[in-house]
Amino acid sequence: MFENQDIKRIDLPLTAETVRGLRAGDRVRLYGKLYTARDAAHKRLAELLQKGQPLPVDLQDQTLYYVGPSPAKPGYVIGSAGPTSSYRMDPLTVPLLKLGLKGMIGKGVRSHEVIDAMKQYGAVYFCAVGGAAALIARSIIKSELVAYEDLGPEAIYCLTVEDFPAIVAIDAQGNDLYQTGPEDWRRGRE
Amino acid sequence: MRQITAPEITKAVKTLFLEANYQIGSDVSAALEKMCLAEDSAIGKEVLGQIIENNRIAADEKLPICQDTGMAVLFIEIGQNLQISGGDLEDAVQEGVRRAYTEGYLRKSVVKDPLFDRTNTGDNTPAVIYTRIVPGDKMKIMGTAKGFGSENMSRCKALTPSEGVEGFKRFVLETVRLAGPNPCPPIVVGIGVGGTLDKAAQLAKWATIRRIGTPHPKAQYAELENELLEQINHLGIGPAGLGGLCTSLAVHIEYYPGHIAGIPVVVNICCHAARHKEIIL
Repeated sequence: MFENQDIKRIDLPLTAETVRGLRAGDRVRLYGKLYTARDAAHKRLAELLQKGQPLPVDLQDQTLYYVGPSPAKPGYVIGSAGPTSSYRMDPLTVPLLKLGLKGMIGKGVRSHEVIDAMKQYGAVYFCAVGGAAALIARSIIKSELVAYEDLGPEAIYCLTVEDFPAIVAIDAQGNDLYQTGPEDWRRGRE
Repeated sequence: MRQITAPEITKAVKTLFLEANYQIGSDVSAALEKMCLAEDSAIGKEVLGQIIENNRIAADEKLPICQDTGMAVLFIEIGQNLQISGGDLEDAVQEGVRRAYTEGYLRKSVVKDPLFDRTNTGDNTPAVIYTRIVPGDKMKIMGTAKGFGSENMSRCKALTPSEGVEGFKRFVLETVRLAGPNPCPPIVVGIGVGGTLDKAAQLAKWATIRRIGTPHPKAQYAELENELLEQINHLGIGPAGLGGLCTSLAVHIEYYPGHIAGIPVVVNICCHAARHKEIIL
């Protein structure tokens, strides 16, 4: 079990060195800028890549957060903003990793293809706690629309975060807490 | 005959869905606190701690507990001596949902046609409404905001009588195991068994909104609920599926008399944001 008592501060955008140093099970707090994208935005990005056209965002070294927030109340930067299930983005993720995407934040398991590409290109997958949506929203201090305004909550936003709570679920070596966590816990009980 | 008006119903439904989305029930809170103390995985404790803190923030600031503010589902018991005036019952209910979701900054997550026209309806209607006529002159409205990360992990099976209790248990455990992290554990498991398939499904949803800590009134079912809860919490899936003790907060079973030839079972999974409220008019 990757048992880490410390909570690490991680600055965004990620560096190759930071990505290499993170381990599945690390508890982190993120600081800096990340981009949001989920199903519809991923589809549009994939279509652009297929046509050899430039993307609206340069993803080199960047981190994507899979989220579709609730509407912002007056006086708030953003509504409740917890993660959506990552598996739905799996088919469209490997090309983005090839372009230099270094971090992904979501919840739930990833496919073998995505994990292999994370190892090959050097990327890390963080899980944010599903249903901790109001808590997570507190760490989002700025939200700027970047692309696809017509997609509403599914548009690409640049979020500035401070103290964003996350856990390294899959590291760049391919260690997967979704597999090892339950296995280690069961073994510990025997 | 006692009278109530459609606007009264609309107002009650609006209040119900706002409160359900901002303020988690005290039974769910208590279960989360209890499990956080019992949790022996460090990551599990971290996850539960974030959930508990989240629910406090949501209640204090009237923010949605989860950004998936769900599809609205209502179970309405109407006293047969009650008369509704000033509008249709269903319209009044839909209007209440509409107002909660538009005025309450809740997410609109409903599309008008699942297969051919997935245009968002813009106001989170229509809700799913179940009604029952009962003795008396009150209206009891029980509503739940049902999120779909967990709904998508629900399953049904036509058990044979020979598969019986053991087959039932196997199916429930397999459903939870296959769901893994997807429904945002710790989950509430609602199970409907008996009747017809549709009856079992409705019972399963009903079971998810039972107050946690209330066992089934029949001893054999209460024991089965406990046994399944223990077995589920031995799977090791844990909070957020990252490994740990607390995979489920509760298992609730509702049964209905059934046909000699079959036992329909529906397992409806609910996440830890089990959001429901009750209003009596």
